Amino acid sequence: MPETLINIFHLIFSESFILTVVTASTPLLLASSGELVVERSGVLNLGVEGMMIVGAACGFAGAWTSGSILVGALFGVVAGAALSGVFGILTLGLAVNQVATGLALTIFGVGLSGLIGAKFVGERIVPASHLHLPVLTDIPGVGRILFGEDPFVYVSVALLIGIWLFLYRSRSGLVLRAVGDNHASAHALGYPVLRIRMLAVLFGGGCAGLAGAYLPLAYTPFFIPGMTSGRGWIALALVVFASWRPGRLVIGAYLFGAVSILGLALQPLQLGIPQQVMNMLPYLATVVVLVLISRTRGTAGSAAPASLGSVFVPDR
Amino acid sequence: MLDATPQAGSPRSEPLLSAVSISKRYGDFLANDRIDLDLFPAEIHALLGENGAGKSTLVKVMYGLIQPSGGELRWMAKKVVLSGPSEARALGIGMVFQHFTLFENLTVAENVALGLPSTESFAAISERREKTARVYGLPLEPKREVWRLSGGERQRIEIVRALLQNPKLLILDEPTSVLTPQEADLLFVVLERLKSEGRAVLYISHKLEEVKRLCDTATILRGGKKVLTCNPRRETAASLARMMVGGEVGEVKAASGRSVARPRLVVDKLSLAPDDPHGTYLEEVSLAVCGGEVVGIAGVSGNGQDELFAALSGERRAPAQAAIVIDGKPAGLLGVTERRRMGAAFVPEERLGHGTAPRMKLSENALLTGHAASGMVKKGFIDKLATLVHVDRTTKSFDVRKAKRDPEAVSLSGGNLQKFVVGREILREPGVLVVSQPTWGVDAGAAAVIRQALIDLAGRGAAVLVISQDLDELAEIADRIAVMFHGRLSAPLDAAEATREKLGLLMGGARPERAAEEQGTKHAIGA
Repeated sequence: MPETLINIFHLIFSESFILTVVTASTPLLLASSGELVVERSGVLNLGVEGMMIVGAACGFAGAWTSGSILVGALFGVVAGAALSGVFGILTLGLAVNQVATGLALTIFGVGLSGLIGAKFVGERIVPASHLHLPVLTDIPGVGRILFGEDPFVYVSVALLIGIWLFLYRSRSGLVLRAVGDNHASAHALGYPVLRIRMLAVLFGGGCAGLAGAYLPLAYTPFFIPGMTSGRGWIALALVVFASWRPGRLVIGAYLFGAVSILGLALQPLQLGIPQQVMNMLPYLATVVVLVLISRTRGTAGSAAPASLGSVFVPDR
Repeated sequence: MLDATPQAGSPRSEPLLSAVSISKRYGDFLANDRIDLDLFPAEIHALLGENGAGKSTLVKVMYGLIQPSGGELRWMAKKVVLSGPSEARALGIGMVFQHFTLFENLTVAENVALGLPSTESFAAISERREKTARVYGLPLEPKREVWRLSGGERQRIEIVRALLQNPKLLILDEPTSVLTPQEADLLFVVLERLKSEGRAVLYISHKLEEVKRLCDTATILRGGKKVLTCNPRRETAASLARMMVGGEVGEVKAASGRSVARPRLVVDKLSLAPDDPHGTYLEEVSLAVCGGEVVGIAGVSGNGQDELFAALSGERRAPAQAAIVIDGKPAGLLGVTERRRMGAAFVPEERLGHGTAPRMKLSENALLTGHAASGMVKKGFIDKLATLVHVDRTTKSFDVRKAKRDPEAVSLSGGNLQKFVVGREILREPGVLVVSQPTWGVDAGAAAVIRQALIDLAGRGAAVLVISQDLDELAEIADRIAVMFHGRLSAPLDAAEATREKLGLLMGGARPERAAEEQGTKHAIGA
């Protein structure tokens, strides 16, 4: 038994394991960063999974057609934002229930991605190349982890830092938080609640699209229907897990990324745990974490934006 | 700095803001019906009226929050159209809302900055904020989050935020409803100062004594129409009340020959953590209410009254069975229904959503609280007729006015629904009645009916506990008054010795012995 533990220990701190964790975590981080901004503005968009899968299909289509990963990524962003635009028009413009619309968006997105991606199934592209800096990347142990990732990884980290600066260091970010905290007051002070929320929703959609596009452009170099396999839902849970704070979101995303890889990585060790159980790990972890959070909520204080999910109609 | 030019030298020169024949229609309902109003510099103008008279609608029009259906606004004799609050602010109109427009999870400094144009840097705003706070004696703690603050502190934020825009006209919507009497006095000092600086103040209230003391001019609204504009100092409180209500206000008569018997509701060292992160901890609350008496709990809202009500009604269980005793039987761990079976009844603060299910019929709402102990359920089935009979009895005894026999709760006006909610419980002849804010937002006529009913219920031997923010109400009906502050309950004072001053000090957190001392000093200074 101690030998097995040592083996697991070695595995977890091996360069190859950490590299896989980073790639598995990046789409979670991208999607949940966008959703964090959306929810901070007081809108609950449950359509992340749908926007991600459409982003994946369009991203692959763009990259395959143009031969450029960058074009593919942009396709993914635009597709995610366009889909979230529909959500925004319905929930903000027409004051439709956000939960129902978000769920519908996911179902719609899954279908739409199948349609868009149908003729690309079985095709392959050259995946995004990894960074290579002459000396730095060759540092043993950490070189490839810090300086040898694909560009999406660096974008996701920069995005998160940008969101943190925006929320806590800029006036616009303050206004966004204010709108999420109390839309009636923000309206009374003369802030355009619906316009701010629409922009947040579009941004969140773009992030989800980019997260989806990451999968066929960098994670696996091909498209298969349903390839997001619940990552959008995990991203949603991550926002709650992070109690709507960008700093905690990084920890959460990498933790979940690690858990989802663990099953695969432990396979060669022959631990005698059925593979199906290992595959359940990320989802079980989601449920466990959410339960733990709601248990500690009483003392820690709720961080949820106070108007999250409630419809706002200005009285005129 | 604030550099309003004093215009006190030329009084009544020209109105700063004129509302000319303002109307606002919501469907069939005319919230404002051709209202004219002139506001002058260096004048405190009161806008008086009952709930639903159209005061809030009118000031929302003046602040650009809603668009009038007819009429126009003139700013310094020029016609203006305000398409939003920022335009009103640009003209020089500031507003302090009744239900604060603050962001609970943001800090005081952030809240202030949000009320100002984005061209100014955060550092510059901080500096001006400090200065204004000092000049007007409105101290703020910039780093604290708003949800930690009391009603008075929140109001200071709103006032400072409005003053930082250097307004020529400041509108305050029911500003004293969240203040202790002492805090209100401090507010009046600030308002007098604003007046002396040449600013116009529009002061919305239904508290007549306050208006008589503070305001130079008063405009009275009733049912969306203007009744008249007058000098409140030349009127009596009674004459102002008549104009507001449009008739005589019934007086509440104390029940005669009441004998206070054994305690029927006892709370013993009840401590309870809130379930809402922004709630208040109850700390060792103890109280005994005897049969035949009305006990009042005063206090600025948010000091634990909601938590206490929830614990008394059984919506939240007490930590120990013995913490709450109803008619001699421990009930701390029992639920709402079990407590009702013991002869207790509860009327919560919010009549729509908490006291009644808004879209259910009155008979169904009667069943919701009466199912346990009123014979409305027979062998598991609802006795529809019994519920209707209960509605009819309530309607008759409490003069509930409604369009048909059994309408939806939401279709009743505030006063009529409140009469129904209170009446529904009183007709069950409870041994213990706990009622929260019994006349909040209710017209004067209905308020008198409800207060009389509470006194009469106590006269028949029930223990009545009234949680209210309205000191006048408590003075009118309570035999003893205790004060809630930060989750602690003071020892009750006899109504006769519970002066506004004493209660006010307790509401502000002074301990009883200190309250007495401070009063002593005050008198000494006065003499």
